[in-house]
Amino acid sequence: MLKSLYINPEKCTGCLQCEMACSYELEQVFNPAHSRIKVFTFHDAGRFVPYTCTQCDEAWCLKACPVEAIVINAATGAKEILNDRCVGCKVCTISCPFGTVNYNSASGKVIKCDLCGGNPQCASACPTGAITYIDSDATGLERMRNWAEKINTQYAA
Amino acid sequence: MAWTRKFLRVNLTDGTIKTEALNMDWAREYLGQRGLATRYFVAEVDPKVDALGPDNKLIMTTGPLTGTMASTGGRYSVVTKSPLTGAIACSNSGGFIGAEMKNAGWDMIIFEGKAPSPVYLYVENDHAELVPADDLWGKSVWATDELLHQKYQDPQLRICCVGRSAEAGCLYSAIVNDLHRAAGRSGVGTVMASKNLKAVAVRGTKGVGNIKDPIRFMKTVAEQKKVLADNAVTGAGLPKYGTQVLMNVINEMGALPTRNMREVKFEGAHAVSGEAMHEPRKSDGKPNLTRNAGCFGCTIACGRISTIDRGHFSVETKPEYWGNSGGLEYEAAWALGPDTGVDDLNALTYVNFLCNEDGMDPISYGATVAAAMELYEMGVITQEDTGGIELKFGSAQALVAVTELTAKGEGFGKILGLGSKRMCEKYGHPELSMTVKGQEFPAYDPRGIQGMGLTYATSNRGACHLRSYTVSSEVLGIPFKTDPLATEGKPELVIAFQDATAAVDSSGLCIFTTFAWSLENIAPQIDAACEGDWSVEKCAELGARVWNLERDFNMRAGLTSADDTLPPRLLKDGANTGPAQGKVAGLAEMLPKYYELRGWTTEGQLTPETRARYGLPS
Repeated sequence: MLKSLYINPEKCTGCLQCEMACSYELEQVFNPAHSRIKVFTFHDAGRFVPYTCTQCDEAWCLKACPVEAIVINAATGAKEILNDRCVGCKVCTISCPFGTVNYNSASGKVIKCDLCGGNPQCASACPTGAITYIDSDATGLERMRNWAEKINTQYAA
Repeated sequence: MAWTRKFLRVNLTDGTIKTEALNMDWAREYLGQRGLATRYFVAEVDPKVDALGPDNKLIMTTGPLTGTMASTGGRYSVVTKSPLTGAIACSNSGGFIGAEMKNAGWDMIIFEGKAPSPVYLYVENDHAELVPADDLWGKSVWATDELLHQKYQDPQLRICCVGRSAEAGCLYSAIVNDLHRAAGRSGVGTVMASKNLKAVAVRGTKGVGNIKDPIRFMKTVAEQKKVLADNAVTGAGLPKYGTQVLMNVINEMGALPTRNMREVKFEGAHAVSGEAMHEPRKSDGKPNLTRNAGCFGCTIACGRISTIDRGHFSVETKPEYWGNSGGLEYEAAWALGPDTGVDDLNALTYVNFLCNEDGMDPISYGATVAAAMELYEMGVITQEDTGGIELKFGSAQALVAVTELTAKGEGFGKILGLGSKRMCEKYGHPELSMTVKGQEFPAYDPRGIQGMGLTYATSNRGACHLRSYTVSSEVLGIPFKTDPLATEGKPELVIAFQDATAAVDSSGLCIFTTFAWSLENIAPQIDAACEGDWSVEKCAELGARVWNLERDFNMRAGLTSADDTLPPRLLKDGANTGPAQGKVAGLAEMLPKYYELRGWTTEGQLTPETRARYGLPS
């Protein structure tokens, strides 16, 4: 079963545990500045929204890369950067419509979510279930369940 | 490890900034944040210094767990001498700036001297500079935050600053960070403004590492996050209601100080409670509370994000207050509500917004308004003093009007900016000031929760609930239940809470974790991250060491055991109703025993043996 990260912003409290978990997994330091998942705060609206790569099937970043440094992980479907091939040209950062591929000036390479090889640490760290890693073909299940709960059949008969 | 092992020393007088290595001998004894900053402060500052003079220093400091994944590990503290109390001040805040400071590579920033004209400190990793702030002076916290974000075009920039109240000399001004978190108490913002330091803006991209045993750290952190999630208070009550979960509880037990502590129950408590914040408003069908929010790394998320009803008189012509911002927490709701007799949730939310916007401690502010209302009803303060405002208990209009003045330091707001003690003295009624060491009480009547009487009387920063929150034990039964009306056993309880709290405040973690965690849960996280042996016993000893060091500073500053007392209203007038009816605060039954257990003389001075036991400087 292919799994996807599924984000429910209504549950996000803006604590940044996901950003720390991400940077710790990939760089062994707690560094939100280098997290592949970002939480955006919309202060006036009182909303927090985590955002990261959705692993497009036909990935713009992968197609744009001139050196084939972005490859598909067959097990997870993640589009992964091969650091030894990436030349830091940043074309992928331009081609990604969602802005989820970013350049890291410290390494001279681009960085993006790789689903931690199938065990995304952001989802494990999230205290509220705002970030989950679930069946790609049924990401709407929880929302369906919530609506289903409201259906009252007692008058139907 | 976990410390960055270096700090910034900023001399505001001559505009120089130096990098210094952290004294690791002190770090091993005092850990970080509250403890470590106190050690530096007592080493460098004369206890008799004028709190608002250039020789006072102001230290912003993180803990070793600040910026790590340990739940709630985002705290920072501000240590200085308080202009409100004349005692040592240590105010603690969450939000995001503490972790940002650490991410920039700094454990601490020591500010000394006074800038010749307004400046702010800009820090971007290793780069630190003082920048002229003439254009920011005279601006609110919110305006300053917006202008700095515009200037640097960096949404990730984290900012703490002072508002107009501090510039005007209000003695309980806060340092507000991330718009609505605050190092709130004891006038630390007033000290910052006295140094012509308007703001600190920080951007850190280095990350926090140096974890002693990363595998053990991640394991224990994950386990302890689960403990918080599974606990009824930290996993359910606080996320849903915030600290406001207490309003109805404390009112029911007759320990909700009302109308300047004349009474112990408030008839309007429900209307300003955590439950009421969830109820849809008649006007737009929306509740006051939009959602809960977490500080950096916090898996509890007790923070409140609220709106004010757009049709409410306080904001109907002010669309700039129609959006979401930091909502009411229990202490603020109490001071602005029951203590002033106001039961208008929208008015309290608006006044709370103003306290954040211009950096006022809402506890001290609300309690000062309450005392002014009592003086007004006695005819001592008149409309001539207030500029025509009818400052009666229960008047939301009056509360809103005087808040707008105090936030900007105008009119009668200048008098309110003195705080309750100086204001009551000015009008010849010092007995009506509900303060200890000049600092206003928080939201627990010590006649109905006896341990809190001893807590307030002995707190090193003046009346405060966050120095030993025995409410946990006396009301909630955490970690074990004690009788709130009994004085027996309370000295021991207060000391245990004081020491544990001082340890938590030195780590980078939030004290609210202690509804679910004891030092048994906290010490292993410190131990996995920091070099040295951080057992439960060593953490408790650290707390006692910090407590005694603060006390020693206060004694040298000229405070005496006579300052370890409560207002006559609480010592002589019995509670008017409820379970504690007729009871007074039994301080005299507790204080001598407390001194004895602390290893102090009957005059409350440290003995040479106590000093030696904790290795305190002579």
